[in-house]
Amino acid sequence: MTELVAEKLSVHAGQTALVTEADFRVGAGEFVALIGPNGAGKTSLLRASLGLEKASGGLASIDGDNSAELAPMERARRVAYLPQQRPLAWPNTVRDVVALGRFAYGAAPERLGNHDADAVERAMMKCGLENLASRQTDTLSGGELARVHFARALASEAGLLVADEPVAALDPRHQFRIMNIIQQYVAAGGGALVVLHDMSLAARYASRMIWMKDTRIIADGLVEDTLTAERMADVFGVRAKVDGRAVEIEGAA
Amino acid sequence: MTPNRALTPSLVFASSLAVFAACLLGSTQMPIDRVLIALFGGGEMGDRIVVWQIRLPRALAAFATGAALGISGAALQGLLRNPLAEPGVLGVSASASLFATFSLYYGLVALSPWVLPIAAMLGALAATTLIALAAIKTRSVVTLILVGVGISAFAGAAMSLLMNLAPTPFTLSDMINWMLGSVANRSFRELGFAAPFILAGGAILLASRRGLSALTLGEEAASGIGLNLRNQRILTVLGAGIATGGSVALAGAIGFVGIVAPHVVRPFVNHDPARSLIPSALLAGLILVLADIGVRILPTVNELKLGVVAALIGAPAFVWIAMGRRAIHD
Repeated sequence: MTELVAEKLSVHAGQTALVTEADFRVGAGEFVALIGPNGAGKTSLLRASLGLEKASGGLASIDGDNSAELAPMERARRVAYLPQQRPLAWPNTVRDVVALGRFAYGAAPERLGNHDADAVERAMMKCGLENLASRQTDTLSGGELARVHFARALASEAGLLVADEPVAALDPRHQFRIMNIIQQYVAAGGGALVVLHDMSLAARYASRMIWMKDTRIIADGLVEDTLTAERMADVFGVRAKVDGRAVEIEGAA
Repeated sequence: MTPNRALTPSLVFASSLAVFAACLLGSTQMPIDRVLIALFGGGEMGDRIVVWQIRLPRALAAFATGAALGISGAALQGLLRNPLAEPGVLGVSASASLFATFSLYYGLVALSPWVLPIAAMLGALAATTLIALAAIKTRSVVTLILVGVGISAFAGAAMSLLMNLAPTPFTLSDMINWMLGSVANRSFRELGFAAPFILAGGAILLASRRGLSALTLGEEAASGIGLNLRNQRILTVLGAGIATGGSVALAGAIGFVGIVAPHVVRPFVNHDPARSLIPSALLAGLILVLADIGVRILPTVNELKLGVVAALIGAPAFVWIAMGRRAIHD
């Protein structure tokens, strides 16, 4: 099972610090929510920890290998990364997009080995896409498209899932559906690091929360320990009522 | 829609038929049996000369030019994720023919028969590299197309300058040939000097085509699934530059066929850029062979230039495709 570790990881864009000396560790069987306001540095932290963005200091590793030096295919076999959603360039079929999840194994949509084809079918089943397999992606709703992206991530059979705001712009039913998919993935032994803005969703599903503010990780721990009204005020500038894992935002502080 | 497995075989068949038809038709009417006999090296001397030295090389030159532009267009569209990307639109062809004209103008061509294709290829590579550099800086595909339009305009201006300074009407008409694009009077010799570039460029594009499918997801997600973005950019730009350079060395600048062919092919290959390369090459070759037959048999005072006909058909298609695009792709 895969373990993603960052040690004193920093990212700069020119003179501006995007991430400052971040330490974290995500491993198998964990559902970790990365929490923080816009511009806190969450996306840069994810990208740098995966070696997709150059770190200006510190070290990130995947299973003990320096992320920045891992070959792209090797990294993709260990970690499935779902960036913030962008429109697809072409109206491919759902099955072809999911098949791209096997790219790191040398497969192409028109050329899938037996194992690749099995992985693609299983991933589509887990995400409830069996009936949409031959549909063109430009005819799908936002919620369906989000499931397609998850299916391609699952098709890679990577041990770790890193997702950047996977439920943004989805209706509540689809949000729950996506969160359930992640939960099942974690229950089956995977690890997940997910950027979430919906606090009640994060509190309900996550096993652990990493809080970011102004480029730094300011808290990292169990939801019950780190989710407090004071922290909500400090990080997001909102008044919130917190009761165990239930959180209700009442307004700007 | 299911991927049409018959697509590539039928395009191969249609292309062969078109090349054969090109041997058949022309100012001297020749019946099928005489053409067939001449093709296999028999028959009268005159027939063999018409087929082997005039019609066949010309038809194959048209096919090779189209194939190079079709595969380059399909690959650039995959790389830039835009159906309007094409060597002509991006200024690659214009830049290649500028370099080619330049080598003609200064008589460099007399040094070696390789000078012309190499100059054209360098011109094509200069333009593709510029566009690829711009692609790293900007995420907007519209910006890239505009950069290409700028390159195209600059190459056009430099070409006008050369024409303006042309010492003799003879060089002037030579340049006009390059700008308009034509495969008239091409021999197997010229084909032989351009073919290595077209084949090498095409081979690079085919070898790296898998990454084009990955780019469907966008660059960020494509690197997430294991694509080496930098290498992909380099290979596609290199392949398209070399192949387009070869085509320009052979026929001058011929526009728009690299847009039309992939656009027609895409629905048949489930819109997968990787799978569109070979059918696009075949279809673009077929289109140019047919257009060249048209150019030859149309009863005009001066023979029409192939590039002019291609643009007359292709430019409206470009506008049509551009207007049919949805706004979601920025």
